Amino acid sequence: MDWKTFQALLSGVNKYSTAFGRVWLSVVFVFRVMVYVVAAERVWGDEQKDFDCNTKQPGCANVCYDHFFPISHIRLWALQLIFVTCPSFMVVMHVAYRDDRERKYKAKHGNNSKLYNNTGKKHGGLWWTYLISLFVKTGIEVAFLYILHHIYDSFYLPRLVKCGVKPCPNLVDCYIGHPTEKKVFSYFMVGASGLCIVLNICEIIYLVSKRIARIANKLNRQKRQIAVSHNDHNEEPFDNSIDTMPTLSKKEQPPSFRSAVKSSHRPPGLKLEEKIRASAPDLSFL
Amino acid sequence: MNWGTFYAVISGVNRHSTGIGRVWLSVIFIFRIMVLVVAAESVWGDEKSGFTCNTQQPGCDSVCYDQFFPISHIRLWALQLILVSTPALLVAMHVAHRHHIDKKILKRTGRGSPKELEHIKNQKFQITGALWWTYMISIIFRILLEVAFLYIFYLLYPGFKMVRLVKCDSYPCPNTVDCFVSRPTEKTIFTVFMLAVSGVCVLLNLAEVVYLIGRACKRCLRGSDEESKVAWISQRLSTYRQNEINQLIADHSLKSKLNVTKKSPTEKGEMCSAF
Repeated sequence: MDWKTFQALLSGVNKYSTAFGRVWLSVVFVFRVMVYVVAAERVWGDEQKDFDCNTKQPGCANVCYDHFFPISHIRLWALQLIFVTCPSFMVVMHVAYRDDRERKYKAKHGNNSKLYNNTGKKHGGLWWTYLISLFVKTGIEVAFLYILHHIYDSFYLPRLVKCGVKPCPNLVDCYIGHPTEKKVFSYFMVGASGLCIVLNICEIIYLVSKRIARIANKLNRQKRQIAVSHNDHNEEPFDNSIDTMPTLSKKEQPPSFRSAVKSSHRPPGLKLEEKIRASAPDLSFL
Repeated sequence: MNWGTFYAVISGVNRHSTGIGRVWLSVIFIFRIMVLVVAAESVWGDEKSGFTCNTQQPGCDSVCYDQFFPISHIRLWALQLILVSTPALLVAMHVAHRHHIDKKILKRTGRGSPKELEHIKNQKFQITGALWWTYMISIIFRILLEVAFLYIFYLLYPGFKMVRLVKCDSYPCPNTVDCFVSRPTEKTIFTVFMLAVSGVCVLLNLAEVVYLIGRACKRCLRGSDEESKVAWISQRLSTYRQNEINQLIADHSLKSKLNVTKKSPTEKGEMCSAF
């Protein structure tokens, strides 16, 4: 099991994410996992060997290293990356569960009946799962950033630390290897975490506002249908003034196409109530 | 996730690039990433263990190394390569976005057969309209990032020559000690090589910008072509809508009642969006 297999596992998540989710996934893989594997791991590679104390006392360097680095940055980031990407699996599992239910339903009631219109669409329970996974992801990111801040005193990595833990004979000087490089990479990884948190928050806002818009549209449509059913005796079947299509906002409106059909004869393929603008481009070819 | 997977991700963008863009991609992969992985990394591999100071004082090596090499060349180049290749993903996302819209339109007009959807996935887009701008922005970001990294390199290591000997007197070194860098000549050669290839990449990107602008101007001057003036999505939508309208006419056979006009959004006064 290595980062490659992990990445293979996660690319399945790509299908069910929103656009923000896909950007988040790319940021995680390119700026975090990639930088981690290719650069950061080398910088921290020999950190215990490079930790030098100004004494010949055996065991002093070991004990001091353990005192100042209870858990290495590199290990913290590896854990953070694993935990942060796991909530996405909740979504995959929920879709798999839906598929399973659909299959059982089809087996019971014949192939033509459908339980779900589209198992991958974020409606109903899946929407909540997705939202909860976003909150969990954000929470984990913040928690790890706090742990890093708490253990390492805001990324402060000096060249020299003074250590007086037994068996060191007195207060000895211990020198950390590559402190500046480590600081640079700490800032980079923390910056990438921050970016991911911002993306998650944007995605939460986007999901919630889309849902609210959908509900508002539905209510609007119901109101209109009630209003139109009162006007059913209208002679003009092609009255352009009856706008049976809920209007899109000015920005997204395609070249105007006034409905030429009465609401009751609205052809099934022409429901334009949802935005044409794509919400989830498919990056699975990457 | 390693350079191999990164290569797979970035080469996906290859299909939608211009010719110069493909040359740039090959230069990046062959002359920079490959050289970095296969050669440069082993040259800098023992840079810390090979850095020796003329003193037995523990810690002096570490401190002097950190003072003279705040961030290693190798790490700088790795970061540079990752960040410089990332704008290409912007283009990939825009193309994926267009594919998605195409699919949605097809499904809405009832033509969502798997064959057609597959065809959309493999469709190559012309670099026009909003995609032109995305592409342009990605190239400009590339140029800016390359130049930024070259500047950082110059700030940290003025002069590309790697010295054999540095004199260091930071605490805890007892006095000014001589410290020796490992493999300085080999490092100089690779530094010169990587800087030269960075320069070549910047030139390629500039050439691509000029090429794209030139192509756009040519199309602008040539094209009083109505199609090219209409934004891509409305073009698609009006094509499909016209088909729908025709179908409705056929279904309801009330031609006389119909007064549907195809409005093109040139009324906004789009100047030369003919890119």
